[in-house]
Amino acid sequence: MSSKTKSADKLLFTSADWDFETLKATYDAIEDIAINELKLDVYPNQVEVITSEQMLDAYSSIGMPLMYHHWSFGKRFVRDDVMYRKGYQGLAYEIVINSNPCISYVMEENTIVMQALVIAHAAFGHNHFFKNNYLFKQWTDADGILDYLQFAKGYIAKCEDRYGFDAVERILDAAHALMDQGVNRYSRPEKPNLAAELERERERAKYEDETYNDLWRTLPQSDPGDQDMDELKRKMRVEERRAQFGLPEENLLYFLEKNAPSLQAWEREILRIVRNIGQYFYPQKQTKMMNEGCACYVHYAIMNSLYDKGLISEGAMMEFIDYHSRVVFQAEYDDQRYSGFNPYALGFAMMQDIHRICVDPTEEDHKWFPDIAGNNEPVETLKEAWAHYRDESFILQFLSPKVMRDMRMFMIIDHSTTPHLEVAAIHDDNGYRKVRRSLARMHDISVREPDMQVVDVDIRGNRQLYIQHTEHDGIRLEKSEAEMTLGYIGQLWGYGVTLQAVDYESGEILHEMNYQPEDLAGN
Amino acid sequence: MLYIVDRRKNPTGKSLGNRQRFMRRAKAQIKKAVENTIRSRGITDISSGDQITIPGKTLKEPGFHHQGRGGNRNYVLPGNKKFVQGDRIARPQGGEGGSGGSQASPDGEGEDEFQFTLTRDEFLDIFFEDLELPDLLKKSLKQTTAFRTARAGFSVEGTPSNLSLVRTMRNSLARRIGLRRPKTAEVRELEEKIAALQAKAEKRPNGKLTKADDETLHTLLADLEEAKRRMKAIPFIDPIDTRYNQFQQIPDPNTQAVMFCLMDVSGSMSEQMKELAKRFFMLLHLFLHRKYEHVEVVFIRHTSRAAEVDEETFFYSRETGGTIVSTALEEMKKVLVDRYPTDQWNIYAAQASDGDNYSNDGAKCTALLAEDLLPKCQYYAYIEITDEREAEIFAAAEGETALWKAYAPIARVNPQFALKRVTKAADIFPVFRELFAKNRAEAGQ
Repeated sequence: MSSKTKSADKLLFTSADWDFETLKATYDAIEDIAINELKLDVYPNQVEVITSEQMLDAYSSIGMPLMYHHWSFGKRFVRDDVMYRKGYQGLAYEIVINSNPCISYVMEENTIVMQALVIAHAAFGHNHFFKNNYLFKQWTDADGILDYLQFAKGYIAKCEDRYGFDAVERILDAAHALMDQGVNRYSRPEKPNLAAELERERERAKYEDETYNDLWRTLPQSDPGDQDMDELKRKMRVEERRAQFGLPEENLLYFLEKNAPSLQAWEREILRIVRNIGQYFYPQKQTKMMNEGCACYVHYAIMNSLYDKGLISEGAMMEFIDYHSRVVFQAEYDDQRYSGFNPYALGFAMMQDIHRICVDPTEEDHKWFPDIAGNNEPVETLKEAWAHYRDESFILQFLSPKVMRDMRMFMIIDHSTTPHLEVAAIHDDNGYRKVRRSLARMHDISVREPDMQVVDVDIRGNRQLYIQHTEHDGIRLEKSEAEMTLGYIGQLWGYGVTLQAVDYESGEILHEMNYQPEDLAGN
Repeated sequence: MLYIVDRRKNPTGKSLGNRQRFMRRAKAQIKKAVENTIRSRGITDISSGDQITIPGKTLKEPGFHHQGRGGNRNYVLPGNKKFVQGDRIARPQGGEGGSGGSQASPDGEGEDEFQFTLTRDEFLDIFFEDLELPDLLKKSLKQTTAFRTARAGFSVEGTPSNLSLVRTMRNSLARRIGLRRPKTAEVRELEEKIAALQAKAEKRPNGKLTKADDETLHTLLADLEEAKRRMKAIPFIDPIDTRYNQFQQIPDPNTQAVMFCLMDVSGSMSEQMKELAKRFFMLLHLFLHRKYEHVEVVFIRHTSRAAEVDEETFFYSRETGGTIVSTALEEMKKVLVDRYPTDQWNIYAAQASDGDNYSNDGAKCTALLAEDLLPKCQYYAYIEITDEREAEIFAAAEGETALWKAYAPIARVNPQFALKRVTKAADIFPVFRELFAKNRAEAGQ
């Protein structure tokens, strides 16, 4: 009898409703487990309680609390609003922002169990990942992002005041179209966001602006000797030109920001803002599966620990398991609900599997993962992986035969020239490595996104800009979208643009697409 | 370290700016959609918001993306059931399964249509847009109901200025009677009696009253004391007596109006002309709906014969024949007499025509209007819809249509009769301006 009351006293909550006191007590219990048992390393947390409408708001502005205004966010809002109201789509339970302090949004209508889940998932799982993964460390600046967004919002509002909605919208539309190509993938990471850096950057941009303007002004009218120039000389000039513009350049937005001859200073600044925000999200795109896997592993461990300690009731645990199993559900390929791999499901399965390999390895695990099998340090091993991998390399390193068998993965080869698909490998000894390589490639952003580069500028002639799409495996660009996007580039560049598709293997030009600004086309 | 911040009280509608930019962006499409809606909507349900669907094309956010199919791909799928290495599968039709994940945009792009809901205000804004209504009028049209303060009984609470004296005093009186509070007059009577006895005592030599009188005096004194005590204990007005007048906001336009829509549907009226007329009828309905709680609409169309019809037939079915306007007026007169007595109904009428009329009919129309209809109508608007090109010719030649010629003289003597020529949507408003100007003048009197 007395022990029974005692255990009831220990419960953090007994009803489904929450108030700020229970929320705080629950947070403290979770924090205790996260910091002292899992030994996670997190930014300070800020939990913000919002309404469903505010959640819709935040959602439609790519999850950021402070975002500049643009019609595309309005479009997302009205669509999500309709979907939500009609019941086609639920709302996310949480949104978390990679900032310091780490801000997690929770909805007021969540039950306390859901709030506990959200805190464990976002405020500790994602938070730890943000703070420790090398990509985030290298590419984003958690301390400065909110300040930077504040600056961006203010700057764009000011531009709208000064130059009109249409002018700003024109630049933003174009910049958004190129957002995916506004990222430095391989070159030095540049930490954006800090106000001081910005100031410096702006001055530099201004200076470069002026020098380039000089360059354009001193263009010779025409060069009669051009025709006679021998091949070697011409090549030399191409090389010079490329060096001058830093070509080839994969960051199209960066190139345009620095080199487009007729852009105003504020237009360059807007390109820079969009570029910086794109850069900020770049690590998230590359680690989606790991990030969610990490957060799911953490919330699963924490909720179980809460239950083991008698801090939450069986009913609460059942509710949690219900949410959890819905989140990590993976539909099979022939299911109507199938829309690719669920990053939550794959991530969670892999994290749990690594845990298993560490504490309870099989013969097979010893063969495949000699370094970690049976080391009995599951959390340390996982933390190591969370810090040093991205989705692609993580799968390549850690996807075990057991997970492939459990999810019954099989690999398809799809050549457009053959009338049928071929099953190239399945979850068996012959196939594990093939399947793993193929799945890793699917998660490689440089494979998923087209390989675009600025390759040349016709500086002596009509200033035509040459952009090259390197076609791998004959996979083409979506044509109508590419045409529209090319138009946006032309708008920013101010002169003609040519898009060449070049085959990766043979190097031959497969096809071309041209854009001529209207006022020039008439001449 | 934890901060919990309650953001629920933050102003909502942070996305409003985005929504407005979105509306601006999609304006042309939204306008078209609204125009379609207006076409398909009845005159009477104009004033609610609506869900509209616009083509998603101009809302596209393009980018460089890989095509969903083609080329040489390989990818992994979950949920193998029966395949072994080397199996060949027929290429699935449609997008099922393997797209390599590259084009799976979270946006669900590629959707062709975009559906969302306009608020009532947004809808009306777009509806008003090319009617060129002044802002003040737009605002007043959008306002759903005006309120009027009316008495709503009494309450035990209120401000002193609303104190209901009659009720309060009635309660007070009842209480005083019920508790038998002595009246001031009774007390005075007692005092007078006592004073009389005391005076009597002074007149006597020994200064004393007879025994009987003395006893009376004592009783009287006791009575007086008792009366005074009661008076003190039972207040004249107690807080429980007070009653206050109570007032209530009730919707003001609680009268009814009927709106007659008359239209020439002969072959010479083109679809476009009818569309213009419909705009006018809608606006008039919106205006009446704001002013009156209950508005009925009667549709009368005519060629050489007239008939009362439903809205659908009114706007969309064609009839051939000549044009005799008086038949419509006769019909309206008949309906008026049958169903809408003037003491119960405010009567409004709007007639749309291209101005054609059978040549001998003018006088009959004039007579009907001047004698039977206009005296009963609050307002009668005649809009003559002409082609833009025709309008120029008329303007140059000072030409007038048969109906215009007949109506013009009546308009000069009847202030409630408005006469306007309309060639485009923007011309519709001046007719209303007159209507409003008239109402203002009346209000001023």
